[in-house]
Amino acid sequence: MKDPSQVIHDTAYRLLKESTAKLPKDVEDAIKKAYDRETESTAKTQMEAILTNIEIASTGIPMCQDTGIISFYTKVGERFPFLGEIRDALLKATRKATEQTPLRPNAVNPIVGGNSGDNTGRFIPWINWEVVPGDSLEITVFPKGGGSENVSIVGMLKPGVGLTGVKKLVVDNAMSYMGKACSPNIIGVGIGGGIDIAIKIAKQQLLRPLEDRHPEPEVAQIEEELMKAINATGIGPMGLGGKTTVLGVKVDYAMRHPASLPVGVAVQCWAARRSTAVISSNLDVTYVTHPSEVA
Amino acid sequence: MTEYHFTTPISEEDARKLKVGDVVYVSGEHVYTARDEAHQRALEMFEKGEKPPVDFEGSVVYHVGPVAWQKDGKWKIVSAGPTTSIRMELFEDEFLRKYKARIIIGKGGMAEKTLDALKQVGAVYCSFTGGCGALAAKGLKEVRAYEWQDLGMPEALWVITAEKFGPLLVTMDSHGSSLHDEMDEKVASRKAEVYSIIGIKE
Repeated sequence: MKDPSQVIHDTAYRLLKESTAKLPKDVEDAIKKAYDRETESTAKTQMEAILTNIEIASTGIPMCQDTGIISFYTKVGERFPFLGEIRDALLKATRKATEQTPLRPNAVNPIVGGNSGDNTGRFIPWINWEVVPGDSLEITVFPKGGGSENVSIVGMLKPGVGLTGVKKLVVDNAMSYMGKACSPNIIGVGIGGGIDIAIKIAKQQLLRPLEDRHPEPEVAQIEEELMKAINATGIGPMGLGGKTTVLGVKVDYAMRHPASLPVGVAVQCWAARRSTAVISSNLDVTYVTHPSEVA
Repeated sequence: MTEYHFTTPISEEDARKLKVGDVVYVSGEHVYTARDEAHQRALEMFEKGEKPPVDFEGSVVYHVGPVAWQKDGKWKIVSAGPTTSIRMELFEDEFLRKYKARIIIGKGGMAEKTLDALKQVGAVYCSFTGGCGALAAKGLKEVRAYEWQDLGMPEALWVITAEKFGPLLVTMDSHGSSLHDEMDEKVASRKAEVYSIIGIKE
């Protein structure tokens, strides 16, 4: 009999290590396409550096020194038998990955100061829990750097501004931070709900594969329009000019209060790291985004 | 666009050759990391008449908080892409005037005060592609010293020997040009076109 705590720990550790060294295939493919599309020498140089960096990192080195504040997205099957083991296993995996990958110690106490040194502390790593039908556990690791986090916003708009106002918020934000979020970016937008729901939905959009389109045509159209508009700014890779400012814009929504139109805008850098695995009830592990182990 | 390969210390004359759009690769022993706190400390030491542990004249100062680890008693840079430079706008002009570094490296660009100091001192600001920590580490060959450790790993002063560290794109030069300012103007000029795509008439 396998030890459930050990299996969850080992899986999360491998996810952390792999996510920092290798991008999911959809992101890498989109970056390659962007390189081909660019014609200006500055943009070409930036995209070439990114591609070289991806290649060097694939040997097991963190592609970016900013490995983020560690957060996990879990989808826990309502009949998954080892619910009580998850939190502690994720915590221990974070400590081990910090030491051995290595990850940059990024957990700083905002009240008394000081870095915990191991990426853990009050509420960190943050674990998002979603209960789903079934008996398996899905874990996604999502290391996101501070640069792109710093330009993510929530707007509490007047409902009267409508969807045009929503789009304007997203586009104006992009034109204000320019290249500071390490473009080409991926932008997640959450419309409606309340202030927390909007940004939650926005961030969850960053987990969607890039080729994914929203199933509702009205929403898919907003995604396309925003992508076209932001790429028309000419901000380009690293804000130094070019055709590719975003690799994708993903939108979703929740019902809203009659008096509110909250809009969350979550910005992701090109190093859109995420790694997912599924652990079955008999503790078999399937690695979804990174099927073959990174060196 | 011209490609340059420089070995540190870099002379004022060489730094003044560089123009926005040029690409530079740097080798040599005068490559230092410095973020907010290291800049602040270097300036405080100057005020007090104290000497920092390194000679900044002719040097390359890199805005970065690296991931490093110690193997067999020796520190090694693992991943070291640039941090957002505008935070250092508070210190950079004074730092340049006092210490005469010749190349500042970071991402996102800097503002007017730094641009003026680059002109006066004869130095440039280069952008290294953000997020490219693994690529940067390849050019940051050897850690010779890890100074000001009390500031913590990201904020400390790492003393590095570089080998063909780059590509560094000159985005602010000593002739008053800034690609970042040009980009701001360019994007502003496209605003009406961008807005029209989302159905807004200005």
